[in-house]
Amino acid sequence: MDPFEPAIIAFVCNWCTYTAADLAGTSRLSYPQNVRLIRVMCTGMVDPQYVIKAFLEGADGVLISGCHPGDCHYINGNFKARRRVKLLKEILPRFGIDNRRLRLTWIGASDGIQFAGIMGDLVAQTRELGPALPDLQMVI
Amino acid sequence: MTQAIRIDIDNQDWISGLRSFLATVMEKTEIEAMLVPTRLAVKNRIMPTLVSDPGRLNEADPLSPAFPINGAQQLARLTRLPAGGKLAAVLRPCEIRAFNELVKLNQGKRDDMVIIGLDCPGALSNSDFRAFADQHETPDAATRTFCTAVFSGETDHEALAFTSACQACNHPIPDGADIAVELFGSDPTNGLTARALTKTGEGVLTHLDLPPAEAAPAKRKTIIAAKLEQRKQYREQMFTAVAEATDSIQGLSTYLADCVNCYNCRAACPVCYCTTCVFTTDTFRHEPFQYLQWARRKGGVKMPTDTLFFHLTRMAHISTACVGCGQCTNACPNDIPLSDLFTLVARHTQGAFDYDAGLDLSQRPPMCGFKEDEYGEVVGME
Repeated sequence: MDPFEPAIIAFVCNWCTYTAADLAGTSRLSYPQNVRLIRVMCTGMVDPQYVIKAFLEGADGVLISGCHPGDCHYINGNFKARRRVKLLKEILPRFGIDNRRLRLTWIGASDGIQFAGIMGDLVAQTRELGPALPDLQMVI
Repeated sequence: MTQAIRIDIDNQDWISGLRSFLATVMEKTEIEAMLVPTRLAVKNRIMPTLVSDPGRLNEADPLSPAFPINGAQQLARLTRLPAGGKLAAVLRPCEIRAFNELVKLNQGKRDDMVIIGLDCPGALSNSDFRAFADQHETPDAATRTFCTAVFSGETDHEALAFTSACQACNHPIPDGADIAVELFGSDPTNGLTARALTKTGEGVLTHLDLPPAEAAPAKRKTIIAAKLEQRKQYREQMFTAVAEATDSIQGLSTYLADCVNCYNCRAACPVCYCTTCVFTTDTFRHEPFQYLQWARRKGGVKMPTDTLFFHLTRMAHISTACVGCGQCTNACPNDIPLSDLFTLVARHTQGAFDYDAGLDLSQRPPMCGFKEDEYGEVVGME
């Protein structure tokens, strides 16, 4: 059997983390291909619903990543994201979704090296955790 | 200013005494209309009714164990804009809490209105109430049987199966009302006490010319303490059982297996207030090829789809505002004990933000604000 390769959905903000991903690319840094980036204008627009959907559709890990505190292009979207992640971390583990599968990070536009490093860590950690919903026999 | 007045009760007839109190409130203050549970002219049933004629209050029945809907939703309809007159509403404690949540979310207003709350012994599910009401000639007779059973101090309520939400309720006292009518521990021969809890309430009681209340009966405190203890035990057992049954996504889908996506729970939920829910928009009118793709992925896809997604999303969207009224369970056509599950989640999400839904109007809902320096533990890779 093939070794387990986790699928990770990352909601990254246009202004910071996506720009960092771009920088990582133009700097020819490599990071695991398990991460699927979804560019959003701000982490403040990531409805908890998106995270739930990602897990139910088979994601093994979800990352939300935006600007450092004080750097949000929309002033405070990242603080709102932090409350929503706090909320999700109270709900999801009740139903067996480990809190280590949901991460929130701040990665600034110039942090290309950190971006590649965090993606590497995230994939390694999630690989260790194994599949998120191994028992699911049908899409529900 | 008057703090508390006495409502005289003749012949153990609580309901007539309360009706005349409500009529006095309407006649002696400038209240244009009162939203109050009232029996229907056509059938032995109770529904919230906006009454403008004080004479009609002899059909009001706030003591009935009927709880067909959470009145907070209806009160929000009446107060979202100025109604052109002062209003009053007679509500259960959980309806007041739900209304407070709606007020915080700018769906209704407490200006220019008086909330009269009653101690709440609990309510019956809609189907149980129908069966109970049909055993009696008139709705009044049903209510009298109910009052005798729950307020006489007898503990034998076997005929009255309160809903799970009511058995687990830890706020049976209407703390959020302007005027609280105290029923627990009251001796009808001495009358009932109506106590003002706010300036608005004091203003109303001052105009009524009713005699001041006797000292609160000594047994009131012990009765309430015993009730809270009993409910706490029930709640803890309920939470343990639900947590065990739903500790995986597999377990959760077993718990929700009978769900047919009718969304009645959402319609009945007093704090689920969006006028258009995303689950009924075209976002969830998937392309036919999408269903086929899902089916292929695991060999099958349950239809209707998105059942778990719907309930988990509702938990994320409204659990911080959940007041535990139990209307989701009441509305479920397939008897899923939804409120047991939602109150469990609500306890954790509200606990995480140190929030109690509906109790304190000055406390902002957790998702309506932030501080710059908080919850550092959810950020980063550790």
